[in-house]
Amino acid sequence: MTPTRKRRLIAVSLILAAIGIAAALTVLALSRNMSYLFSPSEVLAGKAPDGASFRLGGVVLEHSIKRAPGSLTVDFIVTDRFREMPVQYTGVLPDLFREGQSIIATGQMQDGHFSAREVLAKHDETYMPKEVADAIAKAKAAEAVQHAGNPH
Amino acid sequence: MFPELGQFALVLALLLAAVQCTLPIYGAWRNNGTLMGIARPAAAGQFVFVVLAFAILTWAFVSQDFSVAYVAQNSNLSLPWYYRFPAVWGAHEGSLLLWILILNIWTVAVAAFTRHLPDALMARVLGVLGAISLGFLLFTLLTSNPFLRHLPALPDGNDLNPILQDPGLIVHPPMLYTGYVGFSVAFAFAIAALLGGVTDGAWARWARPWTNVAWAFLTLGITLGSWWAYYVLGWGGWWFWDPVENASFMPWLVGTALIHSQAVTEKRGSFRAWTILLSIFTFSLSLLGTFLVRSGVITSVHAFASDPRRGIFILVFLGIVVGTSLLLYALRAPKVAGGKPFRLLSRETLLLVNNLMFVCAAAMVLLGTLYPIIGDMLGIGRISVGPPYFGFVFPLLMLPVVLLIPFGPFFRWGVADWRGALRSLRPALILVIVAALAAKLVFLHAPLHAIVGVAATFWVGAGIVAYALKRWREAPAGHRYTPEMLGMILAHFGLAVFLAGVLITGATSVERDLSFAPNQSQQAAGLDFRFTGVTRVQGPNYLADQGTVEVRDGTRLITTLHPQKRQYSGQQMQSVAAIQGGVFRDIYVALGDPLGNDAWAVRIYVKPFVRWIWFGGLFMLAGGLTAAADRRFRGKRIVTDEPASIAAAPAQATA
Repeated sequence: MTPTRKRRLIAVSLILAAIGIAAALTVLALSRNMSYLFSPSEVLAGKAPDGASFRLGGVVLEHSIKRAPGSLTVDFIVTDRFREMPVQYTGVLPDLFREGQSIIATGQMQDGHFSAREVLAKHDETYMPKEVADAIAKAKAAEAVQHAGNPH
Repeated sequence: MFPELGQFALVLALLLAAVQCTLPIYGAWRNNGTLMGIARPAAAGQFVFVVLAFAILTWAFVSQDFSVAYVAQNSNLSLPWYYRFPAVWGAHEGSLLLWILILNIWTVAVAAFTRHLPDALMARVLGVLGAISLGFLLFTLLTSNPFLRHLPALPDGNDLNPILQDPGLIVHPPMLYTGYVGFSVAFAFAIAALLGGVTDGAWARWARPWTNVAWAFLTLGITLGSWWAYYVLGWGGWWFWDPVENASFMPWLVGTALIHSQAVTEKRGSFRAWTILLSIFTFSLSLLGTFLVRSGVITSVHAFASDPRRGIFILVFLGIVVGTSLLLYALRAPKVAGGKPFRLLSRETLLLVNNLMFVCAAAMVLLGTLYPIIGDMLGIGRISVGPPYFGFVFPLLMLPVVLLIPFGPFFRWGVADWRGALRSLRPALILVIVAALAAKLVFLHAPLHAIVGVAATFWVGAGIVAYALKRWREAPAGHRYTPEMLGMILAHFGLAVFLAGVLITGATSVERDLSFAPNQSQQAAGLDFRFTGVTRVQGPNYLADQGTVEVRDGTRLITTLHPQKRQYSGQQMQSVAAIQGGVFRDIYVALGDPLGNDAWAVRIYVKPFVRWIWFGGLFMLAGGLTAAADRRFRGKRIVTDEPASIAAAPAQATA
């Protein structure tokens, strides 16, 4: 083999090995760390994974924030304006968290309520995350279908 | 001053950009000196009009002209004067204008400092930069004009987003943009080399100082952004793998590969085609970053309400830039593998591994960042890829880099003496083992990855120090360190400092959310935190609840901290953490919500070595700038470059 060919062979095999390893790792990590976003309607329809972590998106229902005095644990309700989901969270809430604000909470279902590990509200208060807006639109569409098929 | 004049200045700049990107390139093709000569005056003229437009917008902010819609949206009467300047780039339209201004500063700098380079090459380089400017000026004028009037003028403006009312905002975006945009110079040199036909690696030498400076500024911008997120966002972390952070990190990763591959191309003539491809990738990722931040296609903590038309414009622009450059690359890239031969064990191979790992890491970050969009398009569902994905794959991809980096300087070009290199690194290796054992003994409960972290830090740090010492002993005085070499030493040492910060903070930080009644004391990380209560404080344009927390070590008072929760006039809340910073430990206290009965939620972090993360970034900044200052890059007028590059190579090979 000429030196040039040998060099190319080394380069190509290095590149292939690196890409192969990186791709394998990436696929493995992706499949483990994807988390889906659901609206309260979807969760109540049983679409969210049972006992696994997912993200809940929606609006904090007005007058729903409750906490025992002196306790870091807070209870509130997240709604997509059709169905509601009680949420419990322990810790410091983000600055923009308030009633009527759209949020995304990460956590899992526990005894009929959503136990959140992290709550995110966005920097810009007029901004609704696209995912939450989509989820609300979807819940609305599902509701419309239900009404059409059930004319009471 | 009339804001319409600003718009007029932008239109004139647009026309000059159109001239700059057509006539000089045509002139270079036809070998017409007059047409090529247009490039520099056109660039200068464009610069003048862009500066004028920027000055007019700044004046509108300073004089609080609320008849300008953009000013009314991002400022108000109570905004202190020192925040009116950064308010110019506080939102989309103004930050785009800042992008264009910085591009023009780069272009004028390139025009001014490259008079010794061939005219045809420079005509093409300035032409390509003009084309980029043309695209962004069009973008501004068509979709995001900052000078639009809102008549009648509003009595008061909306307010600058409180999260941006911070000294960090004054410096973070300009530094980040200087880095982002600076890669356009490397891109322009690569495209100019393709247009003119690549004959050797000379263009890489001319492009190198620019790439190094751009990389240094991007490093600084990311470092400042990380620092800002740490103390403003109040999450106590320094990196969140947020799409907007990733947007700046991807060009940095590929840019890091690029500065190394440019060195190979310049000194050895190898990797020619690859260096061109990397230049294209780096700048394309800068554009992609702009697209991701500005289009709102991705859910991010930084995301602001945005206009989809803008996203489409940048996407089309990105498509044109990437498409034409890759087409040009396919047609004109050097077909024959050139350069001096090298063996498996050589500096070239190590740099190849560096390039592969950094490019793979960038691809991995890109996949994770774009996956939610892909998932959305394929109808899989609303997916997000969390930090654990990045936190798992990224360190694994960087592991070979950390293991091999000390060998880099000790390996020679062409063929390396690996036994000699290992001999030189023996003291470093011994130090690593001693440090790891000592760490294991001192911190009995330290997790395994903390020990590995200590070892990695010492390996990289002691490795580069060993090289610096060897050079000091063996090279004659006055020739010990070229600026280029010194830059490398500083940047690699910065990596060691950075690793120390990341790994020690990650392993030993304490993070607690606690509920405090007035005058209650609680323990965290062996320290005593006493909360004395909350008072009302009036700021220049906000009203704040200010907590007081006394921190004691035993009975000794370390510090008294005053975290605030501010209510701005626009009804927006913003908490401001109080931090007692130190080289070896940060104590960080943020005020949460009132919990009733005068109790408050308080977030407490104790973070050892966290500042080393940013110190490391500063070392890398210094390294990039030092390397760019090498005298080799400032040549006399060069006609053919080949003899010079051969002369330079042996001097480096003995390094």
